[in-house]
Amino acid sequence: MTGAALLGRLGWQSLAFVRAWQDPSLNTLIAAGAAALVVIGAVAVVALITLRGQWRRLWREWFTSLDHKKIGIMYVALSFVMLARALAEAVLMRLQQATAINAPGVVDAEHFAQLFSTHGTIMIFFMAMPFLTGLINYVLPLQIGARDVSFPLLNAISLWLTAAAAGLMMASLVVGRFSTGGWSGYPPFTETGFSPGVGPDYWIWAVTLGSIGSTLTGLNFATTIYKKRCTGMTVMRMPLFVWTSLCTSILMIFSMPALTVATALLALDRYLGFHFFTNALGGNMMNYANLFWLFGHPEVYVLILPAFGIYSEVVSTFSTKELYGYASLAIATIAIAVLSFTVWVHHFFTMGQSANINAVFGIATMAIGVPTGVKIYNWIWTMFRGEVRFTVPLLYALAFMMTFVLGGLTGIILAFPPLDYLVHNTLFLVAHFHNMLIPGLLYGLLAGYHYWFPKAFGFRLDERWGRVSFACWVVGFYLAFMPLYVLGAAGMARRSSEVLEPAFRPWLLVAGAGALVLAAALAALFVQLWVSVRHRRANVVPAGDPWDGRALEWSVSAPPPEYNFAVLPHVAGRDPFHDAKRKGTAYAEPVRYAPIEMPRNSAVGPILGALGGWAAFALVWQIWWLAAATVIGMIATVIARSFVRDVERTIPAETVARIERDWHETLARSAPTTRDFETTAINRGLAQVLA
Amino acid sequence: MNRAARSLTTLVALAPLGGCAALKLGVMNAAGPVAQAQWDLYTTVAIVLIFVGGPVLVLVPIIAWHYRRANTESAFRPDWNFAWPLELLIWIPPTAIVVGLGIVLWQSAHRLDPYRAIALSRSPVIVQAVALDWKWLFIYPDAHIATINRLPVPAGHPVRIELTSGTVMQSLLVPQLAGQVYAMAGMRTQLNFAASRPGVYRGENTQYNGEGFARQKFDVVALPPADYQRWVRRMQHQARPFDAAAYAALFERATIPAPVMYSAVPDGLFGRIVDRSRLPAAQAQR
Repeated sequence: MTGAALLGRLGWQSLAFVRAWQDPSLNTLIAAGAAALVVIGAVAVVALITLRGQWRRLWREWFTSLDHKKIGIMYVALSFVMLARALAEAVLMRLQQATAINAPGVVDAEHFAQLFSTHGTIMIFFMAMPFLTGLINYVLPLQIGARDVSFPLLNAISLWLTAAAAGLMMASLVVGRFSTGGWSGYPPFTETGFSPGVGPDYWIWAVTLGSIGSTLTGLNFATTIYKKRCTGMTVMRMPLFVWTSLCTSILMIFSMPALTVATALLALDRYLGFHFFTNALGGNMMNYANLFWLFGHPEVYVLILPAFGIYSEVVSTFSTKELYGYASLAIATIAIAVLSFTVWVHHFFTMGQSANINAVFGIATMAIGVPTGVKIYNWIWTMFRGEVRFTVPLLYALAFMMTFVLGGLTGIILAFPPLDYLVHNTLFLVAHFHNMLIPGLLYGLLAGYHYWFPKAFGFRLDERWGRVSFACWVVGFYLAFMPLYVLGAAGMARRSSEVLEPAFRPWLLVAGAGALVLAAALAALFVQLWVSVRHRRANVVPAGDPWDGRALEWSVSAPPPEYNFAVLPHVAGRDPFHDAKRKGTAYAEPVRYAPIEMPRNSAVGPILGALGGWAAFALVWQIWWLAAATVIGMIATVIARSFVRDVERTIPAETVARIERDWHETLARSAPTTRDFETTAINRGLAQVLA
Repeated sequence: MNRAARSLTTLVALAPLGGCAALKLGVMNAAGPVAQAQWDLYTTVAIVLIFVGGPVLVLVPIIAWHYRRANTESAFRPDWNFAWPLELLIWIPPTAIVVGLGIVLWQSAHRLDPYRAIALSRSPVIVQAVALDWKWLFIYPDAHIATINRLPVPAGHPVRIELTSGTVMQSLLVPQLAGQVYAMAGMRTQLNFAASRPGVYRGENTQYNGEGFARQKFDVVALPPADYQRWVRRMQHQARPFDAAAYAALFERATIPAPVMYSAVPDGLFGRIVDRSRLPAAQAQR
């Protein structure tokens, strides 16, 4: 067997360390340093788990778990790791542009291109998607009064496919080089003729694995919402977060396959010499642009809608008031979801199509602004005549409303084709979509993280560090991105590794400082987690309702029992738990407890993830024997699983009764808290209710 | 330390100045009818947008602060959740604004369609632009001359650029003169503009296409018409003839240090490059 047959395109040169050894420069050393971080990080985690002897427990209680709550937490943990990497890359890019003004800067052009490609790919597919999927996973079944999602095993498979894809992104730091084609991977640049290396292959397979995982997730969530709502929860009684999750799931189902097809066709071009998107022999990259953005634009709303749901929950809860205009919020959500499929051409107004086409898509783009604006006003009217409590989640909601509207305005500018011609592909565009996604996605997910963390872990996050982090995210955002609007209006092209105009310097320096503040924001978030874990005993909220919540997730203990609800709830209104607390029917103990069937743990998720990850790695490096073996392994795993009949286990009634009685004793011991003390140690998760 | 503080102070003091310098390179400093119309449209839209975003920017802090929990004076109606007047207020005016802006958008998209010829009494100059790695080839088919990375045009004359790419997709932007259009291999797109006054305007590729991307800039040099004619004649006599070696060099992936001029450019060079991209790689080499 020759080396090529055994290892494909892999060689010593593929290792970032070897490249740095042979050609030590700041550029290769930065690459090797990043690779070392990945390796050291992985080794440290493995060593720590081994030293503490936690492997068995992790495997039994987490990796093989089909519990939607644990899967949700693992998704969010994954997204934080990826956020740290992608933010570090952002800081490096800002430092490069701030220093490379008629000077070499810190990294070379090719490295810089890898940075913007991985930054975008990770932030969208491996930070935002896992984060929102994790939150929906955790909260959705609890809010609709269900014990799990419709397909718990599929849920685990989605998680592990996503994790495998994220692992592939990490591997690309150590072995080989990533794509330089940006997060959108436009051919023909990403075809073998122009990018012969493994970079675009890493991108293709990471995105393909991730998009398959997301399609399955969308199917799972939509089915769960359709089929598993508890008695009495009609569609028009669902919490707004469930509404936005439903619309997001539908968007995932219809948009993700477009991406999977686009990447698969590109893979056919690259691996088997097809000509879908090549210059020659009838290929046409315009088809790729259409396919990609037919996914890409709905994807924007896949990302933003769940955050809109979170803001609806947060604004209502922390304004001590019913949500204003429920029906109009639901209609606006549906309108956004439908319209999101009618605007994709605005990503390439500059492709030379007729003015009629551009005008139609431009107007459709502006039309999305109407339901989006309606939502913002609905949140304002929710605060109107309420009692607003400025907790960290509400601060994020306020910062979102003030900041997102600015992004909406620049979005309308971009919707005008003649104005888009001027600022398309410039930093103005970069500023615009960060202006939408940082407030419209990141702030929302962080608000959700602060809001639901006590539910998931049983203790509150530290309020002071939360505010520090919040302030840094907001100040950092304005510093980092407002200058980019100016630079874009001045015509500075995005993705520039060098700057030839000294006039851009002051703005690039401000943006660079902003990036550092954003890095401080993430650091503060990690410090907050550390401090909160250390002081967890002071901040426990075992009764489960730290914020005087309104929906069903607050009606159970914190953390909730594995089965969520000892008895499946019946609801008769939009804010069932809020109403029950006022009527005095909350926390009622059932007459008797019944045994509960829950899905049995399964190793299929991690096995498919591991095999899928290795299959992708083998395809990237063209190690055909490994690709064949792993793909056969995946098929065999699925077939073997289909013969497993014993997939459920029963929690006996006595166990349920014991867990529930413990919780009711805790409830009886807890003193009700007024809202004035909700961010203090007095708050044990039992809200004082004024009738 | 002191020096650092001083330079920081200087920097902060000079920042607005530097900012103005940056904006001078953009559409704010429009130098032709297309960019001027785009800037006018920009300001019109921006003024409308003040009324779109303004209410949110004003209401959010006022309402959040007024209805803060600590304010015991404010009304508290926890079950109030709907009012038709408010509802109509948040749906109808925004819809009306979008309809109004939609009419403006429709008209401006047609008026400023990059394919639309500029209505000026003088005769148009036709230039064929080829996006290459990492440079721009500009062919003047009527004069049989070509340039790389420099685009002289006569001020006051309409310019019609036909674009294609000899490599991956790129995008040609001259912020002070006109917006951008993609250049794609095997295909032709078009961009019309004019420079109202003589001057040097920065042009660039804005679509990432590899290592040399950041350096793929060129100057649009708008000359007084008489000077432009002189420049064309001089090129026709003095510039290096465009030969097979020059043709082959176009497709090398490289930046070039300084602009290059060619004379004796054969007829149909642009069409040949358009067709070349459609051929399989082996044939395209010839």
